[in-house]
Amino acid sequence: MSSRETVLGRIRAALADVPADEDPDDVPVPRAYRRRHTEPGEDVVALFAERVADYRATVTRTDRAGLPAAIAAALTARAAVRLALPDGFPVELLPPGDWQWHPEPLDVPELDALDGAVTLAAAGIAVTGTVVLDTGPGQGRRALTLVPDYHLCVIRAGQIADDVPEALARLDPTLPLTFVSGPSATSDIELDRVEGVHGPRTLHVIIVDPTRPDPEPS
Amino acid sequence: MSDHRDRGVVWLGAPSFPDAARGALKDTQLRANLRRATATIRDKRLAVASELDDWEQLRDAGAAIKRRTSRHLDRYLVQLEASVTAAGGIVHWAADAAEANRIVTELVLATGEREVVKVKSMATQEIGLNEHLAEAGITAYETDLAELIVQLGDDRPSHILVPAIHRNRTEIRDLFAAEMRHWGRPAPEGLTDEPADLAEAARRHLRSRFLTAKVTVSGANFAVADTGTVVVVESEGNGRMCLTLPETLITVMGLEKVVPTWSDLEVFLQLLPRSSTGERMNPYTSTWTGTTDGDGPRTFHLVLLDNGRTDTLADPVGRQALACIRCSACLNVCPVFERTGGHAYGSVYPGPIGAVLTPQLVGVENAASLPFASTLCGACYDACPVKIDIPEVLVHLRAEVVESGTGGAEAPAMRAAAAVLDSPRLLGAAQKAAALGGRALARHGRIGRLPGPLRGWSDTRDTPVPPAESFRTWWRKNREGER
Repeated sequence: MSSRETVLGRIRAALADVPADEDPDDVPVPRAYRRRHTEPGEDVVALFAERVADYRATVTRTDRAGLPAAIAAALTARAAVRLALPDGFPVELLPPGDWQWHPEPLDVPELDALDGAVTLAAAGIAVTGTVVLDTGPGQGRRALTLVPDYHLCVIRAGQIADDVPEALARLDPTLPLTFVSGPSATSDIELDRVEGVHGPRTLHVIIVDPTRPDPEPS
Repeated sequence: MSDHRDRGVVWLGAPSFPDAARGALKDTQLRANLRRATATIRDKRLAVASELDDWEQLRDAGAAIKRRTSRHLDRYLVQLEASVTAAGGIVHWAADAAEANRIVTELVLATGEREVVKVKSMATQEIGLNEHLAEAGITAYETDLAELIVQLGDDRPSHILVPAIHRNRTEIRDLFAAEMRHWGRPAPEGLTDEPADLAEAARRHLRSRFLTAKVTVSGANFAVADTGTVVVVESEGNGRMCLTLPETLITVMGLEKVVPTWSDLEVFLQLLPRSSTGERMNPYTSTWTGTTDGDGPRTFHLVLLDNGRTDTLADPVGRQALACIRCSACLNVCPVFERTGGHAYGSVYPGPIGAVLTPQLVGVENAASLPFASTLCGACYDACPVKIDIPEVLVHLRAEVVESGTGGAEAPAMRAAAAVLDSPRLLGAAQKAAALGGRALARHGRIGRLPGPLRGWSDTRDTPVPPAESFRTWWRKNREGER
């Protein structure tokens, strides 16, 4: 007998108390929890900005016209010059200047030698302060936002979901997903939080919001 | 198939809980570290759980999803197998620890590699995978900072979430300075005991390992039956490194980690981070479904581990322990854990959940003291995000221990106590005797070790001095006339 049959046989024997005609749906799952945690009319984008910043990430809000300048300001502040650029990143969003944009394909040692990566996002979650990447256009392979020490992530206000249920419903589980809530962190030593172990030690999120006319560094 | 009683949950065979706890209770450094750490996480957890006014509804949903899953576990595992296979993964079934170790070892050897990087996995600790790989000439490198601390110290984890919670910063600095050189890049000269410096040393130590590793062994927090998606929740990025850069990914997961649908994650991704680290969301969550061309490992193996889980499932009261999502909230609120630490439990699963899970995984006769490692105060039940009634399972397992005749010192003492409490006359006599005898035994208002058959009970607790007169005597003297 294969181990598969052994294990499945043990499970069926162990569940002798479960009626043979019981369907999983016969076991009720109360779904009285909230789909959203914000109130109607609450500023979800502002909440997202506040919660991302609460993780000690840097947050900038701008509109579409101000985006290249906001990217330039972030990179200048970081002194990041050599940058990974994922496939599908809209080049018209890039600021003019002496930056070195390194398009794919990049191998791991090449990524390791760069100062950072600039990407788009697939979704945001306001209540938890999370950006989600799904490797879609402008986001790159998972390694692109992992190996360099700096991640600059551009997200549109319209991509920001209220909370986890709404975000999961928007995402495609067949794609590899990375949920990012602040920079890499550890609390393993006396529960003292330290930003940065193996992932990027600095996360900068730029929110592009059509309702916001002026770039405003936070 | 091997005899499923012949399974490993490292490292039972250690002293029983009371014996192990005695040493821990004398370690004032350990108790200070634990007290500070558990109090910190407790406060953070309460703060972020109270942010959600539907927290109780989320707990109800989490408990119900787990109940649905366990009652139809065969169906969901078969569905998971089909989904993972359709997405390009390869599923293996392991009836026990030995089989899981053999499967993983053969998979690693087949790659031609002799080194693997690991991202925190309790299942592989449970089966002793690292030791087994070492026997086959394969070195397993732990990559979680706490796991690294434990591995460098040739130590055991003492907490589900913060495995090195028993070590303070100076101990960790000394460990890094002495041991890192034996595992790869040495610690930098003049390393301080600042957590930021220690984290930086770990980053440098592991960096080249991550960038060159070809094989990863991981655990899983969840696996979704309807999509075949596997989920790992972490903070440091070591998980992302391990799950993304190598060519071969081998994930070992307990059978109970399956959840029915993708949307069920909306419950657990709210409950888990808030309950475990007290964060709204952990820094990184990675999900993957089979393999993806051009991104991440080219080969993905999923090992489904039984190793006593089906025995646990067979007990309708005890099976609720399989709902555990390993958040560790029950450890951090437990007055027993706070004083003894995790090592005293002699299992990779310490604290209240360990006290119910370990005896079921290995058989109560092999862990008879663990169901007694609790005050039954119920704090663990209140904290559990999936509402496992740990006190109920503890009491249920205590009965099993007593029936199996493997009980410790408690059993005869409790039988004697039951006889006395059943009889008002005997109780009155006992109280009078205790008042006299107890006051004779007391030092500084506490009684340390009790004489005679009660010694076992008093080994791990002080006994308050009995009052000079019993409540019944006092009542008769002062209040009887008022009725």
